[in-house]
Amino acid sequence: MNLLEVRGLTTAFMTGRGEVNAIEEVSFSLKEGEILGIVGESGSGKSVTALTVMGLLPQPPARVAAGEVVFNGQNLTRMSDRDMQRIRGPGISMIFQEPMTSLNPVFSIGDQIMETIAAHERLSQADLRKRAIDMLDKVGIPSASKRLDDYPHQMSGGQRQRVMIAMALACNPKLLIADEPTTALDVTIQAQILDLLMDLRDEFGMAIMIITHNMGVIAETADRVLVMYAGRVIEEAPVAQVFDRPLHPYTRGLLECVPSLTEDKPRLVAIPGTLPEPARRPPGCRFAPRCSHALPACSEAIPGLELLEPAHAVACFRAKELAPA
Amino acid sequence: MSDVADAEGIALKREHPARATLRRLFRHRLFVTGLLLFGVIAVIAITAPWITTADPQRLSMRNKFLPPGEAWVFGTDNFGRSLWSRVVWGAQLSMIIGASVVGLNAVFGTLIGALAGYFRRLDNALMRVNDALMAFPAILLAIAVTSVLGPSTLNVILALSIVYIPRTARIVRSSVIVLREMEYVQAAVAAGAGHWRILRHHILPNAMAPMIVQLSFLFAYAVLSEATLSFLGVGAVPPTPTWGNIMAEGRDFMREAPWIITIPGVALMITVMGLNLLGDGLRDVLDPRLRIQQ
Amino acid sequence: MTTPLVTATGLSKHFEVGGGGFFGLRKAATLKAVDEVSFTINAGETLGLVGESGCGKSTLGRLLLRLIEPTSGTITFDGNDITRIGRMEMRGYRRSMQIIFQDPYGALNPRMSVEDIIAEPLVIHGERPGAETRRKVTEMLGKVGLPARALDRFPHEFSGGQRQRIGIARALVLHPRLIVCDEAVSALDVSVQAQIVNLLQDLQREMGLTYLFIAHDLSVVRHISDRVAVMYLGKVVEVADKKTIYAAPLHPYTQALIAAVPAQHPAQRSRGRRQRIAGDIPSALNPPSGCRFHTRCPHVMPVCRERAPELREAAAGHQVACHLTDT
Repeated sequence: MNLLEVRGLTTAFMTGRGEVNAIEEVSFSLKEGEILGIVGESGSGKSVTALTVMGLLPQPPARVAAGEVVFNGQNLTRMSDRDMQRIRGPGISMIFQEPMTSLNPVFSIGDQIMETIAAHERLSQADLRKRAIDMLDKVGIPSASKRLDDYPHQMSGGQRQRVMIAMALACNPKLLIADEPTTALDVTIQAQILDLLMDLRDEFGMAIMIITHNMGVIAETADRVLVMYAGRVIEEAPVAQVFDRPLHPYTRGLLECVPSLTEDKPRLVAIPGTLPEPARRPPGCRFAPRCSHALPACSEAIPGLELLEPAHAVACFRAKELAPA
Repeated sequence: MSDVADAEGIALKREHPARATLRRLFRHRLFVTGLLLFGVIAVIAITAPWITTADPQRLSMRNKFLPPGEAWVFGTDNFGRSLWSRVVWGAQLSMIIGASVVGLNAVFGTLIGALAGYFRRLDNALMRVNDALMAFPAILLAIAVTSVLGPSTLNVILALSIVYIPRTARIVRSSVIVLREMEYVQAAVAAGAGHWRILRHHILPNAMAPMIVQLSFLFAYAVLSEATLSFLGVGAVPPTPTWGNIMAEGRDFMREAPWIITIPGVALMITVMGLNLLGDGLRDVLDPRLRIQQ
Repeated sequence: MTTPLVTATGLSKHFEVGGGGFFGLRKAATLKAVDEVSFTINAGETLGLVGESGCGKSTLGRLLLRLIEPTSGTITFDGNDITRIGRMEMRGYRRSMQIIFQDPYGALNPRMSVEDIIAEPLVIHGERPGAETRRKVTEMLGKVGLPARALDRFPHEFSGGQRQRIGIARALVLHPRLIVCDEAVSALDVSVQAQIVNLLQDLQREMGLTYLFIAHDLSVVRHISDRVAVMYLGKVVEVADKKTIYAAPLHPYTQALIAAVPAQHPAQRSRGRRQRIAGDIPSALNPPSGCRFHTRCPHVMPVCRERAPELREAAAGHQVACHLTDT
């Protein structure tokens, strides 16, 4: 059975220009212990997808307009706030991009970790403290018992992200959602944090949904990849497939426009044009105006996500004819 | 030549940002309500000579304590003066004082705030004087100043300006400090722009929004403080018709002639509420921090 | 190609932080953002400057343009010492040196039209706004790939990539010789980033520009640069041409930095295969003694804690500051 099953999820926002779909008909699933990478640029809807799964979007202005999120057999989209709170923590937990603003500056990190545990389990103060130290130890904070009483401002960005991960894992979640977990970090610290996430997955066996704009982070961590563009999933495949045989012109462009660390390219292959704002998306295939392979038909209907090869789905009318041999 | 002409999304039709701001303001319900309330008082104040017939200072002991009615719209006070005339002329004085305080604040508050925020060397000196003035409770400082200068309309304006300019200067200074570090200011420095140009083109226009919001609230404070000062007898000298004076005199006859104290009180309330709503609306529309969230 | 356009010698910038207090009685700590840095940028080349946060790379870029005044050291531009010349004299040099910023939102004055923004450098240098400046601005817009109808628009009407093009047009309108690109593509989405990188390269060729390209993304720096300098906590630790520095880095920090870049294919996953450096970047307020990297260095020796290594030529055109190569 799949741990998480998202079917036809559409999340809309009320804006000054009327209701706008941030994501449309997003479907995917996640097995226990699997790492799913969701990659996309700004406005792709990757964060909205994560927040909808977590039930963290303020409603209104947001609204789940269609579809459902089934976690561990329970339908989260129809769940009350109270029940949802019970899922968050031991079921699904989340870490964010900015470890500075995700921690409360007026409480010590120990208090914050213990509070998270206490919300879901009845433990004595001494046991809580032990668990918190244990967690800090696991995420690689040296001399954890001394750092427990430190405040967020006394730690570096990398350490704060470790504390966030400790908090997220304190209740042994089955699914961890990591929304751009390393974007605010320096490259040497990013490598440490990505290693840590992989180690923790191996140790605890939780599934991870890692959301990023960085193809490198995907290459380093993901088992399976979802590529999003302008609110829709446009390609889904195992990670090696995405890098070896990208079938959507956008995925191909995304891989080509990143410069290489080892070889010289005379010129980068850029994708022309601008990312569409959610309120101003083009009709038909969202990528058609920037696509070098677009035909007039591409601007008329929206291509659905179809399985073109085993475990490899793509949403492009011309995927079959353009596929590399 | 670049191979990618990036023209997408640049709409053909355009709207000037000032127009867009106005359009958003007039769609803001609180702002419009505030503008209407304040507008009524402002129009009454401006048209005072034409909408009053009786001299607000003419005594007529025969007509004292007449309740509001057909002959006397707002009734008469303990000296038989027309309360309508007195409240209307009081409105004019409130507006003059409010506008003058706002004007002086706009000039001197901006000047001091901009100098302190932009030239960090002046900052310490200017802001310590500022802090000292702000350490006094506003109304006590105003009373102290008018007691020294003597009670008169002009001195009330001066006193309230001395009280509020440090507060305005502080707000301007804090926006200037933020703006000074903006990259477009750095770009202008890199292009060789002088201090004057940077202040005039890059800093002050962008500091205007929080400033305008502050000034609309300041207008309300000034009107309220002026009323307080005259009520306490340190404002404009009686029999000058100010709302504070009228209420001070009406206080003794609250039982027999409640209209004397109520009517200027309601006028004061409408003015202050109108200005506060106006300020709230301006803040919602002009403050960039809120605009980003929308 | 090897005439130096800009030379920095022993350049330092120290900030006093935390001082002040009432009547300035509290004692300030000194932050050595840039400490005794020397390097040259040759005419027509792109020097990449990489390093992690707090290494002082942005401060260094601004020092070169004298947007910040150096604490000590000298800057020469085209053979002339510009370190201590007055404001008016400096203004002449400002025509030749410009900067492009990271944040496409904060870099443009929201209350000015695109025409006014791009024309401002011309106006500052004495041109009267009118048909002539409009012609020049339109020409620049064309060069950066924006249509002439952008002229009377305001910044908020543009996307991030388009704003960055406007910022580039403003920097180029005076036909400068040196451009400091301070994280100029870091805030952009990757598909747009490639457009701007290509644009910068095209403009360099067309206008004979010299770039100091400051960034934290090592692959972008490799792509655009001729030579690369690596900074760590206020010091330049290694400089070499790009092929050498990426293929055979000498400084342990450069090695660690390159090893930390995420793989470009899942088959090259680095976990467990590449060496990681442990620990965090120390605070620049209280940097380690001796070699500033010694707290994280896998090859640390006793001498590293005591004496700071100097930047020395290890091979032709390859400078490194490390006791390992100092033998």
